[in-house]
Amino acid sequence: MPSRKTLIAIPAWNEAGSIAAVVASVQEHRPDADILVVNDGSTDHTAREAAGAGARVISLPFNVGVGGAMRTAFLYAQREGYQALVQVDADGQHDPADLDRLIDGLSGCDIVVGTRFHPESQYFVGGPRRWAMVLLSTTLSWMNKRRISDPTSGFRSAGPKAIELFAIDYPADYLGDTVGSLAIAIRQGLVIHEEPVTMYFRQVGRPSKNALWSALYLGRASLAILATGLKSGRTPKGDSA
Amino acid sequence: MTPNILAAFAALVTFGFVFFLLRRGALREKYAVLWLFFSIAALFFAIFPGALDWLSRTVGVAQPVNLLFFVTVVMLVLVSVQLSYELSRHEMRIRRLAEEVALLRDEISENRQDRDGN
Repeated sequence: MPSRKTLIAIPAWNEAGSIAAVVASVQEHRPDADILVVNDGSTDHTAREAAGAGARVISLPFNVGVGGAMRTAFLYAQREGYQALVQVDADGQHDPADLDRLIDGLSGCDIVVGTRFHPESQYFVGGPRRWAMVLLSTTLSWMNKRRISDPTSGFRSAGPKAIELFAIDYPADYLGDTVGSLAIAIRQGLVIHEEPVTMYFRQVGRPSKNALWSALYLGRASLAILATGLKSGRTPKGDSA
Repeated sequence: MTPNILAAFAALVTFGFVFFLLRRGALREKYAVLWLFFSIAALFFAIFPGALDWLSRTVGVAQPVNLLFFVTVVMLVLVSVQLSYELSRHEMRIRRLAEEVALLRDEISENRQDRDGN
């Protein structure tokens, strides 16, 4: 298979401690791909560390969130003519060994979502948060007419059609970037598949997630899906933000 | 008590207008949700004025309409504080962008001079 022009996009906000290692391991696994670190208004040395590790760095003047950083990445990918874009977290949670599966998977569809839920996965969520995720997964799978077991996963790849779409319309809100973007893609008739990926646990302690948090989480995610459903079919011309 | 036709109509118009703006993508969801919620609440109390009477008795307000005014004022104050907050943030960000543009312009003209000079 001819190798497609691939961009690995890493949104990073104050990740000076891990970004160099992430860039290096991505480079090692996919020497053919270009690496773009979108420095999302970091106040530490993220940009310098990333550039030192050999990545191309685009620095935003202030923090705009993961969704905003990915908007920048998609715009860059579209203008530079990339045929594939893979989003990877800057904190080292994603295993670069899975990159091949996400990139090769694009030959049969427009978006590949790396799912953290599969028989060999160590990843587990419980309680109200799990119910919220199951509900989201069920809704999006139904819309997609094909299973999307982990719609909030940030480890995913986009093909040429998805890059064209997301360069014009990509939600910047919390959860809009993951869940909302999938809803937009489904609505525009893009084909979404999923592949199992490995998820490493964060080194830093995760914040406690209780029932109230899950309810808010679900509310915001539903809003992100609903907003897509409500909007009139035409994609916004120019900047949608 | 009989339903208040005028209030119900006003609430419906508000709901419809916000929904229309949301559909056109002219209003972000996070703002729209607030107004949709308000208009639904207003519609509810317009159709069932008895609910307002019951509520004011429960919280100990003599005149139901005073409770309505009080809640409305509190809500509007909260919304304007939120808008002031968003506005302040935007002013800060626009200033930052202006600075970035000025620096970029300087960098570009310097590059141009270097190129033309050689």
